[in-house]
Amino acid sequence: MEFLNYFGGVFEPISFLLLLGGTIGGLILGATPGLSPTMAVALLIPFTFQLQPTQGLILLGAAYTSTVAGGAVSAILLKIPGAPANIATALDGNEMAKQGHGTRALHLSFLSSGVGGVIGVFLLIFLTPMLAKWALAFGPSHLFWMAILGVTLIGSLDSKSFVKGLLSGCLGLWLSMIGYDDIQGAPRFIFHDALTGGVNIIAALIGLFAIPQVMEMFAKGRRDRAIEAVAVTKHALADSLSELGRNPRALTIGTIVGSIIGLIPGVGGQIAGLVAYDQTRKFSPHKAKFGTGHPEGVIAAEAANNAMVGPSLVPLLTLSIPGSPTAAVLLGGLLIHGIFPGSDLFERHPEVAWTFINSMLIGQILMVILGIYTARYVAKIAQVPVPIMAAAVLVLSVFGSYSVQQSMGDVYVMLVLGVGMFVLEKFGFSAAPLVLGLILGPIAEANFIQGSMIAAAQNGPMEFFFTGTLNIVLIAMTVGSVLYSFFSSKAIDAALPRAEEIKS
Amino acid sequence: MTTASRYQHLIPAIIVLGLAGIVAWFSFTEEPAEAFLFPRIISVFFLGLALWNFARAALGLARVGEGVSRETAMNIVPGLIIALAFVFIAAESLGFYVSATIAFFLIYTIYDPSRLADGRAWIRRIVTTLLFMAVMYGLFSMLLQVQTPRGMFF
Repeated sequence: MEFLNYFGGVFEPISFLLLLGGTIGGLILGATPGLSPTMAVALLIPFTFQLQPTQGLILLGAAYTSTVAGGAVSAILLKIPGAPANIATALDGNEMAKQGHGTRALHLSFLSSGVGGVIGVFLLIFLTPMLAKWALAFGPSHLFWMAILGVTLIGSLDSKSFVKGLLSGCLGLWLSMIGYDDIQGAPRFIFHDALTGGVNIIAALIGLFAIPQVMEMFAKGRRDRAIEAVAVTKHALADSLSELGRNPRALTIGTIVGSIIGLIPGVGGQIAGLVAYDQTRKFSPHKAKFGTGHPEGVIAAEAANNAMVGPSLVPLLTLSIPGSPTAAVLLGGLLIHGIFPGSDLFERHPEVAWTFINSMLIGQILMVILGIYTARYVAKIAQVPVPIMAAAVLVLSVFGSYSVQQSMGDVYVMLVLGVGMFVLEKFGFSAAPLVLGLILGPIAEANFIQGSMIAAAQNGPMEFFFTGTLNIVLIAMTVGSVLYSFFSSKAIDAALPRAEEIKS
Repeated sequence: MTTASRYQHLIPAIIVLGLAGIVAWFSFTEEPAEAFLFPRIISVFFLGLALWNFARAALGLARVGEGVSRETAMNIVPGLIIALAFVFIAAESLGFYVSATIAFFLIYTIYDPSRLADGRAWIRRIVTTLLFMAVMYGLFSMLLQVQTPRGMFF
């Protein structure tokens, strides 16, 4: 119950204002189609530079929590999921809105998001210290394999193509090695002056997540106009609350599925929402009503995609392995403040870790209150025309990446990586494993070098890296994730036409 | 789900293979060897996977990804040129804020579906651009105190 000692930090004036601002901003950004939670958090990182680490993390955590929930607003009122996590919400949410139950759908979505989100954060509170204590026993070889597992797991699960997922991870690992070697001080892969200091993680994150979305907006051309939101009428909150109480099955399934999926690195909110929706439909006596504006569909999807937020941070805070692309961006936010998450985070920086986690708990409650009372206005703000959005995100990306080190080199790296990622994504590559490779590369290399030195003084690298129960378990998981990806990508391949059958 | 043509898959496969080849070449030829130990291990996997990806693309087995259609490419080109010119040329020569204002206005104008002869649309674009840039100035220059390149103007 150590977390109870750190609630005061959340209610300090600046921290609470940041929590409030992050929640409102996150709701607007989340409700805006085309802006993903990952991109929103990446663009916010430069604004945390002048804040204390705890305050910066509160802002990023609030934005993460509320962008996921905010995405439901556009899913329900515009039938455009604000984020991939809200795809399942749009199925029944928009139908409810069309039938004149838009406010009811919004109430149910925020209330179920809140219930799922709070339970998810409690899982984070209770699982993280347990796992952190266990992780204290990890040595260099285990941390090396953990980092490799993180890259292969995300490369395997986040990509439809086995080989392209792993290639994306390799690209990220290579990018992480650019610059001067930490031990020898030797220059590595410095092909341009902009790369002398290596690839800055924040600039890279902004480029990899924001620029492809700008390019997607460009790709729509001049035809795309803002879509009209479905008009909403008033609905009593008490009725929505009692309706939520009458649907415990959807709420329970959504929360359980979201929590479990959140703990698995790389699976993400999109899968959580869709799996919870599907499972709730299977167990429901009203299967035929799903897709026609059935409240259970909204409740299950939203409970799941918010329940996964807390657990997705467990591997990040205990093992330095981000469980999702947004968690990877949060890791970037931690690193720029000199905080390295891992097994001893709760011993070295308990106030930062616990205040951050507590702020997520309070943030969930704020998100419900603000979401319910501001959703219809948020939907209007979210109808920003695509050309303004594209121009604004581009300019913000340039200013944000420049402000990291006040260096044009970072801006060049940001734009080149972003444009390159857009093209690669069009051919089945994925940004998430690349980011994981970029972030986990230095962890893997440092532990590999340290392990090699220890191994040289003992019985050699084979025994050091390939024996011992934990090493074998981690290697087996790495190989297992690769094999799983291999067979699942074969199934996807079989469902697609051969490339030569398609006209160029 | 649509997928790109075999020819389209080959282009990124060749680029990635070339990159993997360069990484492997530098990893195995540069000194000191100790500094390149980890890059060597990674480059072997990188090159192996890039070769596999290339072989799949060449044989027409690469099917994931919708590729870039001619229409998509044509839509992207104007915005991309503005973005590249803004970052690589104008930001340092004209100044960060002036070039960002021009880039914002150009992108908004080019992708705005309103008719070019519509006078009110021009006023809307100018006002939106100036408001947005005022917010950017307030955030980055006044709040975060970021010193941006000033160039010829500002």
